[in-house]
Amino acid sequence: MSVSSATTEVVDPVPGAAAPHLPAQPDLVQLLTPEGERVEHPDYAIDVSAEELRDLYRDLVLVRRWDVEATALQRQGELGIWASLLGQEAAQIGAGRALADGDVAFPTYREHGVAWTRGVDPLHVISLFRGVDNGGWDPVATAFNLYTVVIGAQCLHATGYAMGLQRDGAESAALAFLGDGATSQGEVNEAMIWAASFSAPVVFFCQNNQYAISVPLERQTRVPLYQRAAGFGFPGVRVDGNDVLAVLAVTRAALAAAREGQGPTFIEAFTYRMGAHTTSDDPTRYRLASELEEWKLRDPIARVKAYLSRSGVADAAFFDAVEAEADELAKRIRTGTVEMPDPPGTAMFDQVYAEQTPPLAAQQAEFEAYQASFEGSGH
Amino acid sequence: MALRQFKLPDVGEGLTDGEILQWLVAVGDTVTVNQPLCEVETAKAAVELPSPYAGTVTALLFEAGTTVDVGTPIITIDDGADAPAAAPAPAGAGAEAAAGGPAESAEPAAGLIGGAAPGGRTAVLVGYGPRTTEARRRPRRGGPPPARPAATPGADYGSGGQDRPPLLATAPDMTVKPVRHGGLEVGRQAEAHAAAEEAATALGAAPGRGRLRPLAKPPVRKLAKDLGVDLAALTGTGAGGVITREDVTAAAAGPAPEAVPDAVVAAAPVATAGEQRVPVKGVRRATAQAMVASAFTAPHVTEFLTVDVTRMMKLRQRIAARPEFAGVKVSPLLFVAKALLLAARRHPMVNSSWDEAAQEIVVHGQVNLGIAAATPRGLLVPNVKDAGRLSLAELAAALTELTETARAGRTAPGDMTGGTITITNVGVFGVDTGTPILNPGESAILAFGAVRELPWVHKGKVRPRQVTQLALSFDHRIVDGELGSRFLADVGALLSDPGTALAF
Repeated sequence: MSVSSATTEVVDPVPGAAAPHLPAQPDLVQLLTPEGERVEHPDYAIDVSAEELRDLYRDLVLVRRWDVEATALQRQGELGIWASLLGQEAAQIGAGRALADGDVAFPTYREHGVAWTRGVDPLHVISLFRGVDNGGWDPVATAFNLYTVVIGAQCLHATGYAMGLQRDGAESAALAFLGDGATSQGEVNEAMIWAASFSAPVVFFCQNNQYAISVPLERQTRVPLYQRAAGFGFPGVRVDGNDVLAVLAVTRAALAAAREGQGPTFIEAFTYRMGAHTTSDDPTRYRLASELEEWKLRDPIARVKAYLSRSGVADAAFFDAVEAEADELAKRIRTGTVEMPDPPGTAMFDQVYAEQTPPLAAQQAEFEAYQASFEGSGH
Repeated sequence: MALRQFKLPDVGEGLTDGEILQWLVAVGDTVTVNQPLCEVETAKAAVELPSPYAGTVTALLFEAGTTVDVGTPIITIDDGADAPAAAPAPAGAGAEAAAGGPAESAEPAAGLIGGAAPGGRTAVLVGYGPRTTEARRRPRRGGPPPARPAATPGADYGSGGQDRPPLLATAPDMTVKPVRHGGLEVGRQAEAHAAAEEAATALGAAPGRGRLRPLAKPPVRKLAKDLGVDLAALTGTGAGGVITREDVTAAAAGPAPEAVPDAVVAAAPVATAGEQRVPVKGVRRATAQAMVASAFTAPHVTEFLTVDVTRMMKLRQRIAARPEFAGVKVSPLLFVAKALLLAARRHPMVNSSWDEAAQEIVVHGQVNLGIAAATPRGLLVPNVKDAGRLSLAELAAALTELTETARAGRTAPGDMTGGTITITNVGVFGVDTGTPILNPGESAILAFGAVRELPWVHKGKVRPRQVTQLALSFDHRIVDGELGSRFLADVGALLSDPGTALAF
C-alpha cells in the first residue's frame, strides 16, 4: 500500500493549528471517532482482531497508569523529574505496535508508551528519571534506543541507522520520534534532507502535542507540519494522534513503504499534551482551561472503551481485570522505585566504552582511592 | 503504629523552598496513597503534593502560608503498620509529632535512597535538593591535615573562605526570582531600571578617562559586589590600572564606614510586644518593587473631583435590563471605565509612557485598561487589551472575566503586562478617595471612590443625590496640570451627565 499522494500536496497555508478542531480538518486520517465509532479511510484500511483491540486498550490503560504513578512519585520526591505522556497514549501505543522485528525505535524522553510496546520494564525508564542510571534497558535487545534529551538529535541517529540498514540490505526500518517543537531544530531538518537524499528507510513520527513547552505551534509554523514533508521531497500525512487504530494503520503503512525502499515518510500525529511539559512546568501559565476541556472530549482511551463495549468485544469483567492489572503495575512501580538502590560511585566508569581504556582505568582507581580516604567509608 | 513523615520535595529541579498555599487534609483524616495533601507554590509552579502513604494524618507540621525549605518534614501520617521490633515507637510519639517534634519515621534500609550510608551520612535523596550542611572532609587516616595553600589571586573562584561569602551564589537570587502572576515582568523592569542607574553612575564616575566602567576582571567584580565595595571609588594597582582582588579586599578591610546618622537608626522598625514578622515574597515583593520604582521615578500629582452620579446610576439600571447585558455584571465601575476610555480618546497624551532611554514620550495607539484587583494572593493589575475598541457590553464581559480570573488566581502573565492606564476601585471598600500610585510605566491612574447618598445642591435645592469622588494621579513629566484637569473633568462630566458622551 502506498502513502496517499494527495496528502503531499501543498495547499494554501491553512492556520490549522490555530483552530485545533478535528472535524474541520479534511486531511486528518481517523478510523475511530472521539465518540468511539469506527469509520473507514480510503487509504488506510485496517483489520484488527478482537484480541488485538483488547490488547491495545490494555496497553493504553497500563501506560497511563504508569505515567500517573510516576508523576505522583516525582511530587513525593522520589524522582528528579518526569515527562508525562498523558493524552499521547494512543500516538505512542499505535506507533510502537506498528514496529516489526528488525525495526528500531529512536525515542525522545517522553516515549514511555513506545518503551512499553518494546517490552522495556517501566522501572528501567523510571531509574533514568530518578537519576540512578541513564536508562536501564538494553537498547539492542529491545530495539528501543536510549532516551535522547537533546531536542531532535535522535532524528539524525535514526537516519544514520536507517542508512546502515540500507547498506546491509536489511528489510527493516527506523522509527524516529520527535515533537512539534523539534521541527524547528536544525538537526531535524538535516536528518530529513539526508533521509530524502538517500531514500533512507526511516519514518519520522512527530507527536504534535501543540506546545513546545510553552510556545504554541502557530508560533513555529505557517503551514500544518505534515505539509513540510513535501518540501523535503517525501510524503507527509496527518493522523488523529488520539486514535490508536489510525496511528497503527498509518505507521504500519509508512514503515512498510520504508522497508520496501520507498524512502521516508513524515507522520504528524495530531494530539495534545494533557499534562505539563515536565513536572517542572506549570501549563496554566500559557494555555487556557477551555482548551484542555475541549481535548478531554477526544480522550484516546475513552473512545476505545466505548467501541469495545458497543461492539461487544469486551465486557465489564475485562475492564475490571485491566483496572486490577493497572493497580498491580502501579504498586510494583511504587515499590520498585522506592527500593531502587543507589548505584556505586564508580558506575559511571562502566558505560563510557565497551572496553575500559587505560586512562579511564587510572581515573577510576584514583576516584576509588579518594572515596576510600573518607574515614569509615565502605567505598 | 508507625508514624511516617513526608518531607517537602524539590518538585521542580533545583528549588530550595516552597510555600504551602493550603492544606487539603486535616489531622484525623484518613488518606490514601496519591491523595492530594496540600497545594504548594514554588518559584516555578503551584502544584498539589500527593500522599506517599496511606493512613491517618496525625500532624500538619506547618500552617498554610508558611514557606518551607525543601527536605523539611511537613506532615506526619500514621500508616497503621507495626513499628519494627528493633525500633519500638517511644511512648508519646504522637504527642511529640503533633507538637512539631521529631517522629519515629520508618527509615529506609541502609544503602537505599534516604537510608543510612557509610560514613554516617544519609544516602542521596533524589529530588530533596542539596544538603544544607557544609560538606566537611574528614582528615586522612594517619596523616596530618594538609596546610591550606596561601590564597592566590584568581585561584579561589567559587570556593570562598570562611571570612567571605562564596563567589558563586548557590541559592537563587531572591530579587530576580520569577514569581507567579507577572512578578517576573515586574522584576525585569526593576532590573532594567537598576541597570540603567548603574550605567548612569558608571558614566559619571570616570569622565576624564573616557571609560564607562572601572577595569576589573569579572571574578573581582563579583567579589566587590559581594563585599559591597564600589569599584569606581578604587584606584587599580594592577597592570594598566586594573583593579585587583587585593585592591578590593584591602578596600573592604579599610576604615569603617562613617557613623550612621541618627535619622536612619530611628527609621528602623520599632520592636513591639507581640509583633509578627511576615516574610516579603511573591506578589507582595513584586508589588513593593513596582511601587517603589514608580513612586521614585515618576513625579506624581493627584487631583480630586466630587461628582453627582445619580444619572449614571439610573442609566446603569436601564442598561442592566437590556437583553445584551444579561449575564454580565453592570457595575458602576463599568461606567467609570467607559468614561475614562472616552476621555482618553479626547486626550491621548494621558495614555502614554515615558521612555527614559530614548528620551521620548510614547503615546500608545490603544488603551490597555488595567484594573487593580484585590486577590487572595495580593494586589494584581490585569488589563483589558485595546479596551477602547469594545462596546459597553463587551467591556462589561471583559471586566467581569478579568476580575474573576484574577480573584481565582489564574491570571495569565500576558494579561498582567502591557497596561497603559489603570483604574483602582477603592470604593468597593467603602472608602471615599485616595492618592493612587501609578502602575509603573503608565502616566495616569484613576481612583474611584464609594458612591454615597449625600445632600447635594441640585437645580437650586438641596436634594439627596448619589455622589462619588474621583482622584486622578498622573506623571507630571508627561501630563501637565491643565491636561490632567481637563481629563478628570471630562470623566466627571460623563459620569454626572452620561448624555455628554454623544458630544465626545
